[in-house]
Amino acid sequence: MATQTKILTQHIDVPGIDTLAVYRQHGGYAAVEKALKTMSPDAVVEEVKKSGLRGRGGAGFPTGMKWSFIDRKSGNPRYLVCNADESEPGTFKDRYLMTRSPHSLIEGMIVSSFALEAHLSYIYIRGEMLATMRILEKAIVEAYAAGLLGKNILGSGYDLDLFVAPGGGAYICGEETALIESLEGKRGNPRNKPPFPAVKGLWQNPTVVNNVETIAATPWIINNGGEAYAAIGVGRSTGTKLISACGHINKPGVYEIELGVPVEEFIYSDQYCGGIWKGKKLKAVVAGGSSVPILPAQLITKTAAGENRLMTYESLAEGGFASGTMLGSGGFIVMDEDTCIVRNTHSFARFYHHESCGQCSPCREGTGWMEKVLHRIETGQGRMHDIDLLVDVAKKIEGNTICPLGDAAAWPVASAIRHFRDEFIWHIEHPQEATQPGAVYRGEAAIA
Amino acid sequence: MSAYSFSTEKVSEHAHFSDALLEKARVAIAKYPEGKQKSAVLEILHDVQNEFGWVSVTAMDRVAELLSIQPIEVYEVASFYTMFNLEPTGKYVLEVCRTGPCQLRGAEELITYLEHKTGAHHGHPSPDGRFTVKPVECLAACGMAPCLQVRLKQLDGDYKYYENLDEPTVDRLIAEEWI
Repeated sequence: MATQTKILTQHIDVPGIDTLAVYRQHGGYAAVEKALKTMSPDAVVEEVKKSGLRGRGGAGFPTGMKWSFIDRKSGNPRYLVCNADESEPGTFKDRYLMTRSPHSLIEGMIVSSFALEAHLSYIYIRGEMLATMRILEKAIVEAYAAGLLGKNILGSGYDLDLFVAPGGGAYICGEETALIESLEGKRGNPRNKPPFPAVKGLWQNPTVVNNVETIAATPWIINNGGEAYAAIGVGRSTGTKLISACGHINKPGVYEIELGVPVEEFIYSDQYCGGIWKGKKLKAVVAGGSSVPILPAQLITKTAAGENRLMTYESLAEGGFASGTMLGSGGFIVMDEDTCIVRNTHSFARFYHHESCGQCSPCREGTGWMEKVLHRIETGQGRMHDIDLLVDVAKKIEGNTICPLGDAAAWPVASAIRHFRDEFIWHIEHPQEATQPGAVYRGEAAIA
Repeated sequence: MSAYSFSTEKVSEHAHFSDALLEKARVAIAKYPEGKQKSAVLEILHDVQNEFGWVSVTAMDRVAELLSIQPIEVYEVASFYTMFNLEPTGKYVLEVCRTGPCQLRGAEELITYLEHKTGAHHGHPSPDGRFTVKPVECLAACGMAPCLQVRLKQLDGDYKYYENLDEPTVDRLIAEEWI
């Protein structure tokens, strides 16, 4: 097996890496020196464009291009906001990175803020991560004391203030315009786009919102060059990605992979998930956080055309939603043969109903409908037309809301029915049997 | 979704903020440009909850005063974000993740067990006032499921995560740590 390049986690196990001294001993803040003293902001943007780095929060939008949209003409203050509102079920990579190596994010914030010519930046962190917020704040104090933040950083003439702001428990605030509303001290209701945050964001000023992992990748790109980053990975999936693996596997955890690792290797190799727990068989995988379509075992390791599926944006999406899924946030949820798909789908539907902000009626009402109908099926009260009703409700939500939460709520339900319809039918036809504790449908089709 | 309870009772002792709490509010407000002090509302509400255990209307009115905003601007925020407890809770609020990845590894059984052991059912405090069991959505610890978090006075009100939980661990925590 080829040695994997580590960009984000190379030093993560070094004792004391959360302190400035140890972080610097391992090459930390070299990118700040290089960018601020030898490069122009535009040159930093160009380097990130060359790297092919894509947004690691889930959308996969090219970072350099996002940066190039920021309004520099109006003369209004520009802001960089780090999205540390990691809330997508199955995703726990950002918390891991920030808790273990807070300076990785702070260094990335300085380099990225410089590229955008922002002089005030925020890390918006989930309220549930107040303990991690303390770690970040301690590291920020160290950075100020060392002249890495504040006025005239390292004598370069560049000024930057950086603060951490907590959320209060709301999945929706991971959506960038809801996050901005929250940072303004309001309810997290997403805004209509356009205008995009790059033109009118925080306090109606030009703003870029980037995920923790995206920002933390920028120092390596500055130190080694965009081309070196682009040389890692496959095609348009360049560089490395943190995958947080959970569910029924032997080794749950956060793994930094070079994009392009075969999915089968990721699941079964001892270097990663270490196979399915208790010697069981694989039933299904949700590959990129709860929002992305679920795939049965036979479609997660191979595409419908029989090709090996790889851990890349493109390969996971191969086949569209008919037989593919998305890399998303890298929240890799594995389910063994004893998993009840109806129960799991109900749990996700309940999540989206709970987290809908209530602004758009298709999402506010539709997520409630889906939760209720799934609950009915799960508890043995289902009717045969409920299956098509769920498909219909999901369709009516998808594409009809201001923000992507509607799509995120619709996809898990629609895909579960697409690939596991037999299991839903069995639940409805055998309510007595299906509601026994631990009861699972064992139709041949669903098990690899 | 189960309804959020919202106590409208005035709590006179929540009208007075300690110097330490006022200092925390001042630091939070200083993070934002002049005139944008409203941005500090979430951080201050966390500090208020840490000080009093929950967020009362009396305390929210005081927060509005500190930020020079209308009380409704605080109420609507506090009731939108699920971390804020708008009625009194047990001394320890066990926020247990119930979402898919934790459910796959036994979260629902854990919640039932915690309710049984503590006597705190349906989000209400236990009869002895020691616990509230609050099922929450994903805590970003899916690889260490099942998990819960608790705000601890011992940590100056910061939250502590408890991961890879099972029944013996919960028994030990109830007997030794959450006391």
